[in-house]
Amino acid sequence: MADIDKVGSAEEHQAPGALVEWEQRVAGYQGEPPFVQEPERDSAIVAALKDAAIAAGIAAALFLFFIGFRTDIDFGGLELTTRWQAFAISVIAVFFGRLLFRVLFWGPRQRGGRSLAARAMASRAGTPLSERFSRHSGLFGSFALAAAVLYPVIILLAFPLKDKQFIDLGILVLTYIMLGWGLNIVVGLAGLLDLGYVAFYAVGAYSFALFAQYFEVGFWFALPVAGLLAAFWGIILGFPVLRLRGDYLAIVTLAFGEIIRVVLLNWYTFTGGPDGISGIPDPTFFGLEFARGDDNLPGLLGIKYDSAYKQAYFFYIILALAMVTNFVTMRLRRLPLGRAWEALREDEIACRSLGINTVNTKLTAFAIGAMFGGFAGSFFATRQGFISPESFTFIESALILAIVVLGGLGSQVGVVIASIVMIGGFELFRDLAEYRMLIFGLLMVIIMVWRPRGLIATRDPSAVLKERKSISADMVAQGEGH
Amino acid sequence: MEYFVQQLINGVTLGSIYGLIAIGYTMVYGIIGMINFAHGDIFMVGAFIALTVFLIMLAIGVTALPLILLIVLIVAMLFTSVWGWAVERIAYRPLRGSFRLAPLITAIGMSIALQNFVQLTQGARVKPLPPQIQGGVTLMQGDAETGAIVVQLSYMQIIIIVTTVVLMTAFSLLIAKTELGRAQRACEQDPKMASLLGVNVDRTISLTFVMGAALAAVAGVMFLLYYGVIDFYIGFLAGVKAFTAAVLGGIGSLPGAMLGGLAIGLIETFWSGYFSVEYKDVAAFSILAITLIFLPSGLLGKPEVEKV
Repeated sequence: MADIDKVGSAEEHQAPGALVEWEQRVAGYQGEPPFVQEPERDSAIVAALKDAAIAAGIAAALFLFFIGFRTDIDFGGLELTTRWQAFAISVIAVFFGRLLFRVLFWGPRQRGGRSLAARAMASRAGTPLSERFSRHSGLFGSFALAAAVLYPVIILLAFPLKDKQFIDLGILVLTYIMLGWGLNIVVGLAGLLDLGYVAFYAVGAYSFALFAQYFEVGFWFALPVAGLLAAFWGIILGFPVLRLRGDYLAIVTLAFGEIIRVVLLNWYTFTGGPDGISGIPDPTFFGLEFARGDDNLPGLLGIKYDSAYKQAYFFYIILALAMVTNFVTMRLRRLPLGRAWEALREDEIACRSLGINTVNTKLTAFAIGAMFGGFAGSFFATRQGFISPESFTFIESALILAIVVLGGLGSQVGVVIASIVMIGGFELFRDLAEYRMLIFGLLMVIIMVWRPRGLIATRDPSAVLKERKSISADMVAQGEGH
Repeated sequence: MEYFVQQLINGVTLGSIYGLIAIGYTMVYGIIGMINFAHGDIFMVGAFIALTVFLIMLAIGVTALPLILLIVLIVAMLFTSVWGWAVERIAYRPLRGSFRLAPLITAIGMSIALQNFVQLTQGARVKPLPPQIQGGVTLMQGDAETGAIVVQLSYMQIIIIVTTVVLMTAFSLLIAKTELGRAQRACEQDPKMASLLGVNVDRTISLTFVMGAALAAVAGVMFLLYYGVIDFYIGFLAGVKAFTAAVLGGIGSLPGAMLGGLAIGLIETFWSGYFSVEYKDVAAFSILAITLIFLPSGLLGKPEVEKV
């Protein structure tokens, strides 16, 4: 050990044979230091069993008062029932689930939660899959658009019995895609964390519903008005929160969303309160209605009226609205305004020193994001025919934000994929009606842990020096909420 | 005047409950800078555990009310802490060091999951618990001639306020004097440096969640006993209000959380007492917005200094 100091010294390097010898010696020192004893480890299987037993013990503590006991209202008070069987099954399920998970995913050598964390970290840096994906995102976009355009036709031809249900699902997914794109402007591009986006959705929906109720105007007249009103509310919200950042902004926008909902709920004489507004008219097709009768569109075309056709019409309206949202967003990104949004997201102070008017930049982001929310709300009102404050709870805001974040903030394609996964998956579990919100919540957690940067983890820069190449989402300060 | 005093008492009681929940938000925010959206639901879980333990106590024939209350409080705190720990372990720890929005989304997911788990296992209907602690101290006698009402400070209100004050003092001492508190403050300032100096950051964060959950459980027990009605959805509004309280008081500051809780409780009570019950939430949120606009770091928060 004494000559270790000489290793790599200058004299040795000068001798021709010394280098080889030196490399050999270094190789000898690699690996574990010889005098440190291997800490005694449990064999893999014992460790796995121990780990699973701990997990089961924790699960027992968690579930004891929820699955083990149940309180129900009974005559003369509350009644306590026990469900030891279900409790035992759930704890055993956790034991074997954990064991299986460990054996399958972690392998014997990685221990504890680190490996999961490490995997999560590793997947952040843009896996090849998502990189390949974003390289061909243009292609994917055209393909998806074509698929969307053909979707109602395929459904009408292929599933004549369940057509309405499937087209309805398509409409729902597209509505969330549109909302996601609208929110993406605020959160993904401008980096302003908005937890009350549903407020603008509500403003749009109620604008149309109230206009239809009091002035008997149609959808196509109300649509731009609803958008403008929502944008106006976006500015109203934007003004006071200009100075706020990060989570303060989040909580004030959340509060704003709740205020709108509470007002809608309690202003009974104007909004109908919890009863909502019904009888909202359907959109017309250049003045023609989708209804029975010879004067209406199906009659004039000489086809039999089928409500599925109306559904298909709704589908194309929301598709067009969503595409307008996407188109405007993509174009805005190339305008100085869009660049200013992204610059603002990265660094507000630098923005100011470069002479960008941050007040206007933030307000336009809020206003334009809100406007698309308003459009979507207006569409929602006409599709449902009935709206009430129940539809505009915080969960909706959370869902839209989840779609944007899970898809990958700032990524337009990501929003599409996340909407299909979330909303489609949500509908898939319709049979498990009781469990699906639970599954939905857990799914949000799992996807996020699996891919913290969202499903699409690479970004296209909006300004490039020489060549366009996608960068990892880690390089972008998305949603930091400056 | 009598009406005012009565509202004041009610407001302080409600504010104490909000304050207890708000401490959980503020501690977590202080140490890892995230909104723990599931915290309101941890409070709800605490209330449900308390209800079940209460019924078990009655079923096995324990009759001494103080003993029951003590056991309920301790068991609820213990088991709710496990929930708090588990939520952190499952949803937040894997995302440590990730970007800011990721844990926010998992928190929302956890909140949805918790609500629906409780709804599934305990049913969606509200659970009424008849008032257990009755009576109180009459502070001002009513007078039929002047129309003055009786001002009463119920024993339950006394218990809530005293418990809150005791716990608040205990936790302030814990943060200020003990090794754990020191570790927490160190992690708050600089987690990387703290871990270099031998502080187990993960463990400290876990313990912060455990402490927050324990306090939320106390709030849950108080809520259960004071209002006597709980369901799986109480966590959301209470959580939002408590977070509002934490922000109002200056997030990251323990006395601030308590002060903010009191402020929100008082605003809400006085608004419902003098104006309209329907718009009490609007009032609380508006006050929040106004405070933040004119005092962006809250009542007791330190202004954020940004280095360029």
